[in-house]
Amino acid sequence: MSIIVSAIGQGLTWGIVGIGLFLTFRILDFPDMTVEGTFPMGAAACVAAIYSGASPLVATLIAFVAGMLAGLVTGFLYTKGKIPVLLAGILVMTAAYSVNLRIMGRANLSLFDKPTMLKNHFLESLPPYFDSVVLGIVVVAIVTALIVYFLQTNLGQAFIATGDNPNMARSLGISTDAMQIMGLGVSNGLIGLGGALVAQNNGFADVNMGIGVIVVALASIIIGEVVFGDLTMNQRLIAVTIGSILYRFVILLVLKLGFNANDLNLISAIVLALFMMFPVLEKRFRIRHTLAKGMTKHD
Amino acid sequence: MTEPIFELNDIVVTVNHGTPEQINIMDHVNLSVFPGDFITILGSNGAGKSTLFNVIGGNLPVTSGQILLNGKDITSMSVEKRTRFLSRVFQDPKMGTAPRMTVAENLLLSEKRGQRRGFAPRHLKTHMDKFKQITSVMNNGLEHRLNTATGKLSGGQRQALSFLMATIKRPDILLLDEHTAALDPQTSQELMTATNDQITRNHLTCLMITHHLDDALKYGNRLIVLDNGRITYDISGDEKDNLTKEELLSFFNDIEE
Repeated sequence: MSIIVSAIGQGLTWGIVGIGLFLTFRILDFPDMTVEGTFPMGAAACVAAIYSGASPLVATLIAFVAGMLAGLVTGFLYTKGKIPVLLAGILVMTAAYSVNLRIMGRANLSLFDKPTMLKNHFLESLPPYFDSVVLGIVVVAIVTALIVYFLQTNLGQAFIATGDNPNMARSLGISTDAMQIMGLGVSNGLIGLGGALVAQNNGFADVNMGIGVIVVALASIIIGEVVFGDLTMNQRLIAVTIGSILYRFVILLVLKLGFNANDLNLISAIVLALFMMFPVLEKRFRIRHTLAKGMTKHD
Repeated sequence: MTEPIFELNDIVVTVNHGTPEQINIMDHVNLSVFPGDFITILGSNGAGKSTLFNVIGGNLPVTSGQILLNGKDITSMSVEKRTRFLSRVFQDPKMGTAPRMTVAENLLLSEKRGQRRGFAPRHLKTHMDKFKQITSVMNNGLEHRLNTATGKLSGGQRQALSFLMATIKRPDILLLDEHTAALDPQTSQELMTATNDQITRNHLTCLMITHHLDDALKYGNRLIVLDNGRITYDISGDEKDNLTKEELLSFFNDIEE
C-alpha cells in the first residue's frame, strides 16, 4: 500500500516537470534539452538556499528563478544567436553541470537535518508518504491553474499560435522571438521547481540527478496522450500529471519483476519508446481491438 | 490630387553582392499607391512579384531606396511592426492559419493584429456572434465550423479564413499573393468574387498578384506588369477598363522576345 502512495506522490511531483516540458515540447514544438541541466539546477539552488538559511518556500521559488534564467539563456541562443534549439539546449545543459557544482560547492548535499517544505506539523502528522502526495497535489493544482489561465489570455493565445504556425504569428504582429524566449524561460522555471521538490522529497540534491529527466518528462506527456486520446488543451495539461503517475506505476511494476534501481534509465527509455510507438504497434497488432475483446464476456 | 498612402522610391534589392552572379532583383522601382487603389500585378516567374511583396512586408531588406507610408519613412521598420497597417494572404492555405487552433481562435488572434497582447482573458465566447456574421459572407459554410480546428478545413475554407483574418481589422494595405492559385477553378472563382466584394464594399487599398490575365483585367482599378525587377507597365482608370486581353497578351509577347 505505502509503495503505491509513494508512487503517487512521486508522480505528482514529477508531473510539474512534465507540465514544464509540455510547454516547449508540445506547444512550441521544441526538443528542449536544457531540462537535463535545469532540473538539478533547481535542486541545487533550493538546497543551497536552505543551507544559507532561506525558508524552504523561498528556496523553492529561488529554484524556479534559477531554472528560468537557464531557460532564458537557451531562448536567447536560439532566437538571437540563431543556434538550432536542440544544440542551444545541449550547450546550456552542459554548462549547467559546472554551474550546479559551483552552486553546491560539491557533487551532492543532504537535507538530512535541514528544514524542507515536507517538514511541518501538518504533513508530518499524515501516514507515511502522504506528505508528498498532499504537497504534490497542492503544487500541481496551483501550477496547472496558472497555466490554464495563462493559455486563455491574449498573450497565451499568441504563445500557442507561435508554436502552431510561426509564419502566421509573425504576420499578425506577434513577436515569435519573445514568445519562444518566454516559453523556454517559464518551462525551465517549472522544471527547476520540480527539481527543488524532488530534492526535498528525496532529502538531497545531486549534480547527476538530471540524467534521464527529459525521458521521464516525455513519458508523462506521451502516456497521458496515449491513454486519453483526443483532449482539449486544458484536459491535456491534467493528462500530463496523470500520465506521470501512471509512469510511476509502470516503473513500480517493472521493479517488482526483479529489475533493480540501476536499470531505471534503461527501463524509462524502453517504456517511452513503447508508448511512442503505440500508434504504429496499434495499427499492426490492433491492440485496442484485442483489449476490447478481452474485456467483453465470452458468450 | 490625393496624397499617396504608400510609396516606393527608387527601390533596389541586390543579391549575391560582389560575386559574378550579382543581380538586382528589384531594379529602381518607383510605385505610388493611392487610397482605395485595387492594383492587380502580373509578371512571369522570377519577374519580382514576390520580391515586391517581401519588400513591402519588410521580410526582405532593401539595398537602397525609400519606403513611405503616409509620407513617413518606414524603410527599416520590422515585419512585426508593419503588421499594424499591413496584412497579407499567402498562396499556400497552410501559411495563413494556425492548424491546431479553431476557426474562432484564429479570428480572435487576427483581430489583435499589430496590437500588444497582455494577460487579459481573451473572452472568446463574447465574440462568437460577430464571428458567425463575418464568416457567413464567404458563402462556403465557414460559419458552421467556428469550433473546428483549422487543419480540418478544406483548402477553400482555409483560404477564405485567411482572407477574413487579413481584413477583420481593417488594414491600410492588403497584400494578396496569388491567394486563389492553390484552389480548384470553381472554389478559386468563388473566393475571388467574395474577395472583390469585400474590397470594393470596404474601400480597401489592395495589391493582388495573379497569374490569371482574366482576373487581372476584370478586377481592380489599376494594373501593373513586372519584368526583370522593373515595373514595365502601369495602367489605371478608363485606360485599364478599355484594355483587352489581346492587347495585354501582345504586350506580354513583347517582353518574352
